[in-house]
Amino acid sequence: MTDRIEVLKTYKTYIGGKFPRSESERTYPVSDSKGNLIANACRCTRKDVREAVVAARASFDGWQGRSAYNRGQIIYRIAEILEGRKSQFTEELERTGTKTKNAVTEVESAIDRLIYYSGWTDKISQVFGTINPVASSHFNFSVPEPSGIVGIIAPDDSPLLSTISLLAPVLCGGNTCVIIASEKNPLPAVSFSEVLHASDVPGGVVNILSGYRNELVDSLTSHMDVNGILNAVNDENIVKLTEENGSINIKRVYHYTAENWLDEIHESPYIIHPFLEIKTTWHPVSS
Amino acid sequence: MADKLKETMPSNDVNGTPKPSSPNADTAEQITMLWEYSPAPESSEHISISDKYHHFIGGEWVHPEKGRYMTTINPATENKLAEFAEGTSEDVKRAVKVARKAYEKSWSNLSGKERGKYIFRLARMIQEKARELAIIESMDGGKPIRESRDVDVPLAAAHFFYYAGWADKLGYAFPGRKADPLGVCGQIIPWNFPLLMLAWKIAPALATGNTVVLKPAETTPLTALKFAEICMDAGLPDGVVNIVTGAGQTGAAIVNHPDVDKIAFTGSTEIGKIIQKSIAGTGKKFTLELGGKGPLIIFEDAPIDQAVEGIINAIFFNQGHVCCAGSRLLVQEGISEKLIKKLKDRMETLIIGDPLDKNTDIGAINSRSQYERIMKYLETGKNEGAEMYQTSGSLPENGYFCRPTLFTGVSQSNRIVQEEIFGPVLTIQTFRTPDEAIEKANNTPYGLASGIWTDKGSKIFKTGQKIRSGVMWANTYNKFDPTAPFGGYKESGLGREGGLHGLYPYVNLTPV
Repeated sequence: MTDRIEVLKTYKTYIGGKFPRSESERTYPVSDSKGNLIANACRCTRKDVREAVVAARASFDGWQGRSAYNRGQIIYRIAEILEGRKSQFTEELERTGTKTKNAVTEVESAIDRLIYYSGWTDKISQVFGTINPVASSHFNFSVPEPSGIVGIIAPDDSPLLSTISLLAPVLCGGNTCVIIASEKNPLPAVSFSEVLHASDVPGGVVNILSGYRNELVDSLTSHMDVNGILNAVNDENIVKLTEENGSINIKRVYHYTAENWLDEIHESPYIIHPFLEIKTTWHPVSS
Repeated sequence: MADKLKETMPSNDVNGTPKPSSPNADTAEQITMLWEYSPAPESSEHISISDKYHHFIGGEWVHPEKGRYMTTINPATENKLAEFAEGTSEDVKRAVKVARKAYEKSWSNLSGKERGKYIFRLARMIQEKARELAIIESMDGGKPIRESRDVDVPLAAAHFFYYAGWADKLGYAFPGRKADPLGVCGQIIPWNFPLLMLAWKIAPALATGNTVVLKPAETTPLTALKFAEICMDAGLPDGVVNIVTGAGQTGAAIVNHPDVDKIAFTGSTEIGKIIQKSIAGTGKKFTLELGGKGPLIIFEDAPIDQAVEGIINAIFFNQGHVCCAGSRLLVQEGISEKLIKKLKDRMETLIIGDPLDKNTDIGAINSRSQYERIMKYLETGKNEGAEMYQTSGSLPENGYFCRPTLFTGVSQSNRIVQEEIFGPVLTIQTFRTPDEAIEKANNTPYGLASGIWTDKGSKIFKTGQKIRSGVMWANTYNKFDPTAPFGGYKESGLGREGGLHGLYPYVNLTPV
């Protein structure tokens, strides 16, 4: 009896609710900690970034327009589906060199983080919104709305948990996003797109690209239809580049780095806040 | 006669100060014939303006290092008002050093409560000097005394009063977080609301425990320098507030000074982008209040006279020198003709002239360069094929004055529709469906303010939700209050000023 030949997975991208390969048809090798090839990931280009931004924009009105309750349930649903695929993601993390025990903790924390943020969608207006007691005869209130499209630059460490820790608050606020996955460990994020796809997240709300950061960060951060950048890569050049490019259209640029993504300080409404716009509405009070 | 006419006027308690003349089209002509205004100028005899101002650094007047001075004029007469120091990077260095010292030695050691008491003092002293400040504001900037007296100065005082109260209550503003000051804030303000913008910048900065170096605009430095006198009178610790005057280069020196922790800028989107770029990678925090091209959406079911008053207030308030001005009128097709006729009639009644006259509705354009910029846009509009309408009547011989102007026959891609003119110039487009109105409203790079007129509440909320702007005025326009957050979406800026949200830009938050 011969050993069964394992079926290898082709890792693609996630754009507009579909799983295309990079338009460049180029890939780059992703290896485990010992240098063995795990898979060839898509080496996305400027054009893929543009496609992803178009998809994120197309889905923005719909996602923003859903009730907070509904958005909360969808984020909760992501957690439910991920719970059912714990072993898959534990294995994916192990393959990149994470020890089994740590891989299990990472996946479980990622699920819990989604649960945490799913509960915020219908509370941020109450925590960050205000009724303003203006001196004139007007009814006046301020509510948070999403900034729009947020570009997320994910780090290499804790590739699943970090991606989810960045993604969840952005979604929670009603934004749509384009994620540049870790260059070194892109596979967990790419596989996570399958979870998103199975979780009632409308196509285009989350878009995930893999590739070389020095090729993708510039395109994403200089795109005129991107409203914000959430960067979690602690690199002076990337910080400066994203801020400079941000000035082209007054992007909201927020850098967020973590020593340990497992830490519960990464569960906070103050991470949702940078990509909220406050809208103040006035109406006369009169008979 | 005047009393009798007043009775026939519709009440107007919704859209700001009652206007002295009627929006009623049928009687407009009659009124202008019957009711002429005698001059009612505010006396400027009791105000004091020095011939020459220096920087205000470390609680005293400091001569500029290079010894250069600039001149500020009254744009309504083109007469010189005073000279003021032109700040160089040496002056800025000196101011930042002093502000840093004040931050470390005195201001950050004060309890929130005591800090608040100083800010309350500032609020009270602005109220005490309200008349003088209002007159100087109108002389230096050209805005009607009615506005500086009833809007700019009272709101500036209210802003200090509001933020004074926050100083010892910051723990309640940020649940689960401790709020620490940032340090030295560099603040650069524009010429359209000089004292009010100073208040918007300085009040929250001081309340949260920061010290400031502020640069007023080069055409309107005087009320900031009068405010420096108030700081001295109030006994504010030296160096907590520093005023460095000058033009763009002085501003750049503040932005690029390595020991400034935060930049707050109000001005054009063009300069805002330069600032954001130049501080990239430095770790400085910043907030930007930039340009706008506010849409005014008038639905068919709007109370039309009220809407006309709202439009007048939206675009002609402060000569249209308002970042949140409603400069794009979007009117539903069925009422456009009627509305435009009423609007033109109402515009005819606007009194243009001496800013110090209490009857003046429209004062002087702030400076020659702004005047020229507006004139250029009028040319552009005509060249783009739009039809221009201006009110009749004479303008003062001296000074920079611009007639209230409408453009019809414009298209969405016209420059006069897309770009901020910052003058009394309104473009008019029509729409058929609410979706078309929303589409047009959102179709500029800006997102600062918008206005909606309709009698249907549900329509206000539906439309309001879909318009991407930081402020939404429904059945009113150009209202401001220290408790109400203000700021832009998209290229209109970043961050909020006013209200609880106005505290965020001035604090570092750490988990408790």
